[in-house]
Amino acid sequence: MIASIGRRAVEAVSAAGRWGFFVADLGRAAADVGTWSRLLVGQMRRIGVDSLPVAVFIAAFTGVVLALQASYTFTGAVPLYFVGTLVGKTMMLELGPVLTGLALAGRVGATMAAELGTMKVTEQVDALETLAYDPQSYLVLPRVLAATLMFPVIVALAILTGICTGWLTSLELLHLSTAEFVKGLKLFYLFKDTWYGLFKSATFGCTIALVGCWIGLGTYGGAEGVGRSTMRTVVYSAVLILMLDAFWAVVLL
Amino acid sequence: MIEFRDLHKAFGPKVVLAGLTLTVQDRETMVIIGYSGTGKSVALKHIVGLLHPDAGDVIVDAQAVSTLDRAGLTALRRDIGYVFQSAALFDSLSVAENVALGLRRRALEEDEIAERVREALALVDLTGTEERYPAELSGGMRKRVGIARAIALRPRYLLYDEPTTGLDPVTSAVMDRLMVRAREHLGVTGVVVTHDLRSAYTVGDRIAMLFEGRIRQVATVQEIQETEDPVVRQFIEGRPA
Ligand SMILES: Nc1ncnc2c1ncn2[C@@H]1O[C@H](COP(=O)(O)OP(=O)(O)OP(=O)(O)O)[C@@H](O)[C@H]1O
Ligand SMILES: [Mg+2]
Repeated sequence: MIASIGRRAVEAVSAAGRWGFFVADLGRAAADVGTWSRLLVGQMRRIGVDSLPVAVFIAAFTGVVLALQASYTFTGAVPLYFVGTLVGKTMMLELGPVLTGLALAGRVGATMAAELGTMKVTEQVDALETLAYDPQSYLVLPRVLAATLMFPVIVALAILTGICTGWLTSLELLHLSTAEFVKGLKLFYLFKDTWYGLFKSATFGCTIALVGCWIGLGTYGGAEGVGRSTMRTVVYSAVLILMLDAFWAVVLL
Repeated sequence: MIEFRDLHKAFGPKVVLAGLTLTVQDRETMVIIGYSGTGKSVALKHIVGLLHPDAGDVIVDAQAVSTLDRAGLTALRRDIGYVFQSAALFDSLSVAENVALGLRRRALEEDEIAERVREALALVDLTGTEERYPAELSGGMRKRVGIARAIALRPRYLLYDEPTTGLDPVTSAVMDRLMVRAREHLGVTGVVVTHDLRSAYTVGDRIAMLFEGRIRQVATVQEIQETEDPVVRQFIEGRPA
């Protein structure tokens, strides 16, 4: 019992150490601009194409629900144009970044882990190394940078989508006018609402890609190992996203 | 020169290499034979630093591989072509891109790269497959792309892990000729791991048998064929124990 706790603690510390090396190695790999810059655009395009449909789909329904729940909560006690405020604020600050992040942990993170895991177990990563490439600069860095840069873009579109569906719902089902909705939207708006959400999503993208690549490159044990890595990536990045979300709320709000 | 010095390697409780010592002279082709699972691939991986020894080392060009940092390893690997047992082609790249990838790491013009890719694929008789993807190739074709990827680099050292396994006899003979040519015309130093004795006798200057983690015998092709060592005899005659 105690021995097993001890062993787990040692494992956790050594994993943390390897994680530290992994991230530090990325800094070194950044110097190899010629290698990663060629691959960056391709990765950005892939992440965009993979993620946009999911992100927009989720945001569209979230917008509808937010508008309806807002009016339900206000029960006439609060002026109805506050629906605009609530939809806008919630989408920008929380639901846009977090729901998208969680969905993309499954989409983007799992894809990266499966891809790199397969490369690892089929010796493609070894082959890359013998060709004098550093897997960090050829495989990891383009993915991490692409995710960090693309997530804010995807989340921005998700936020816009959510606000649009929230507005349409208000027009059609809550009989609010566009002017009122916009008034509500502008009411407590701060520029910080925008950058806070987008900054958060950049950190989510970075985290998801780092976790996916790290677990992917640590894969062993054939197809089963790839499956295990994929599952772990989804779980770990989801947990990390929620923790980061709380962290930024404490630090930045 | 490649020198294994008392190399030890275990995976958990499983001891694979237990004092492997072997010297491969410049411009020599050394064939390593041995039973499946004795650690031939493991030995080869130590030469390029893909595995880290538990004790002992591999010395390549007077550098101890396990002591090299990332930059030193990268420099060393530029001189070495490695043919993987599993071919290890990049799934997401076409055949031509697979062969070109290593060349892009060297300061070469695009024309020169294209020319070398064409030439290497012609040597392994795969002209016309440039735009295909590894998943669309047969196992033997993949193997040959792996060989093309290594020889296109024109390295000083070529390490082949079972280059002819899974190839038909005629194609095997073509690959053997290719390996012989690499040594004779380009002065390549080669290490060939193989189960295929006919190939071993054709391409090898010397043959070393790996057995129980160390070299059982290393000798010229003729000496091996006439060996008195019971273990080596049994292996080359293919007699079950
Ligand atoms: N990464 C690894 N982790 C754990 N064990 C390993 C690893 N790589 C190799 N081994 C073990 O080391 C031993 C030697 O493997 P190796 O691949 O070198 O055999 P081999 O001589 O090349 O055999 P074959 O002729 O079948 O290719 C095997 O028992 C294998 O299970
Ligand atoms: Mg092997």
